Amino acid sequence: MVDLKRPLAELAYEVQSGNLSAVELTQASLERIAATEDFHAMLEVNARALDEAKAVDERVKAGERLPLAGLPFAAKDNFLTSDTFTTAASHILEPYKAPYEGPVITRLKAAGAVMVAKANLDAFAHGTSTENSDFGPSKNPHDPTRVPGGSSGGSAAAVALGQVAFAVGTDTGGSIRQPAALCGVVGLKPTYGLSPRTGVVAMSSSCDVLGPLANSVADAGLVLDVMAGPDSSDATTIQRDPEGYKVTHSQLRGLKIGIIKEYLGQGLDPVVKDKLLDTAKMLEAHGATIEEVSVPAAELALAAYYIIVPAEVSSNLARYDGVRYGHSSDQATNLEETYFKSREEGFGAEAKRRIMIGTYVLSSGYYDAYYKRAQKVRTKLINEVNDAFSKYDLLIGPTSPSPAFPLGSKINDPLKLYLEDVMTVAVNLVGIPAISIPYAKVDGLPVGLQLMAPQRAENKLLSAAAAVEAVIGDWSSAK
Amino acid sequence: MSKISVQEVERIAKLARIGLSVAETAKMSEELGNILTFVEQLQKVDVSATPPTDQVTGLEDVWREDVVKPSLPREQLLAGTPHQKDGYIMVKRVLNG
Repeated sequence: MVDLKRPLAELAYEVQSGNLSAVELTQASLERIAATEDFHAMLEVNARALDEAKAVDERVKAGERLPLAGLPFAAKDNFLTSDTFTTAASHILEPYKAPYEGPVITRLKAAGAVMVAKANLDAFAHGTSTENSDFGPSKNPHDPTRVPGGSSGGSAAAVALGQVAFAVGTDTGGSIRQPAALCGVVGLKPTYGLSPRTGVVAMSSSCDVLGPLANSVADAGLVLDVMAGPDSSDATTIQRDPEGYKVTHSQLRGLKIGIIKEYLGQGLDPVVKDKLLDTAKMLEAHGATIEEVSVPAAELALAAYYIIVPAEVSSNLARYDGVRYGHSSDQATNLEETYFKSREEGFGAEAKRRIMIGTYVLSSGYYDAYYKRAQKVRTKLINEVNDAFSKYDLLIGPTSPSPAFPLGSKINDPLKLYLEDVMTVAVNLVGIPAISIPYAKVDGLPVGLQLMAPQRAENKLLSAAAAVEAVIGDWSSAK
Repeated sequence: MSKISVQEVERIAKLARIGLSVAETAKMSEELGNILTFVEQLQKVDVSATPPTDQVTGLEDVWREDVVKPSLPREQLLAGTPHQKDGYIMVKRVLNG
């Protein structure tokens, strides 16, 4: 059987040169998904996947050069896809078949990738464990009694299980990086606007970004290279780096790196902290300069995030009205009841909670005290992060405070689940790119190292991350 | 601990057009209170001289040509609409008769 954990460039080359076919890779993927379905990484398998793989093989035979030739991938189920249903893991979108696909899915398919399945998530991407999925949680590949992280938990688990060659997810406050860390894979959150958000279920329009989850930094770069670039359907998109995003070199020597002091304090598992500081020493031994840097507003980021994001969520989720698509209550006798009852029946507890907080902080008399103040704190955070980048090439820290926690252990305390995001949300509020790479095991579970770079500096981030990855070496066999 | 009263929860739920059961309302009153207490820490920050940020990459006034482009066919867009007739979306009566 084909090993889908091989480097993407290698697999695509094999398909391009005729040693392997897209159909073989897709078959391997479908078999692996079926063999490991107990982890509940996927919500739906694409019944047309093999047909699409055949079409890719035809294109290769016809002489087309495809950077992702035949690579089977999973899309988080908040990406609109025309071959399958799109649920965002919420009953309110049951059933929903999207009438169009967004540019990112179109670009991936054009590059020869084959979408084999839709991955599980916390409903509407609200969560840090996939336990908020209305269809049940996914399980951590390293220990099925633990969470895979979230919200892109299905995507991360699928990559870690070797079900797919890579996956795409969304990151609003850590939803790519944190599950990548907890599942032991690489997760890349690009600069805000680098890929069009069109065709993805909106959560928080000022923070949402799309990005890859993969087995290595080079793989993540290769996929980003296909995903990135402006589109007229999303006015917030930014220009690509003319060099593209393929990782062509690694660079650590001479880099000045700041460890964010605020992320080493209270809340961080002491063992995670020790491992992180050990890794920092290793990076120094390989030619980087590492110092602690203080970003005081980082401690305020989570509070600002849990005002700004629910506010935007309450606005974006207003479209689920029981009228245009998705679930419509059959209990309603008039239009207003259609709204109230469809939303009551269709939304899960966390979506309701966020809509309620968002409505509260935007309501008359509270807007200045909450939402506007949070947007000002956001400015403070941006200024402090920019100051740090005037002294350092990169910032680093842990991706999450601890390794994967047991399923069910935090679900009754929403605030505890929110705290999982404490080290990832600042990146989204500032709009900078960041990557999580697995670097060690704690209690037999993977943990992630987070690297952050200034806006639009993906290439600096990727080349440093590739060097860090090489220095770390085989993290998975360590205890 | 600033608990949000049941009446306040009901008021917000009405603004959000979201139905809540009695049990959900009671639970929400406690949970919203906890979350709002957590975000309360921002009140201590001096932001008197700080402007708010709405857009992080500094884009402003993104223009495009005002040209008509093909749109998706009506049937395709209405395919997922729960209640429809003759190409229109149907809704329940607005006022109870």
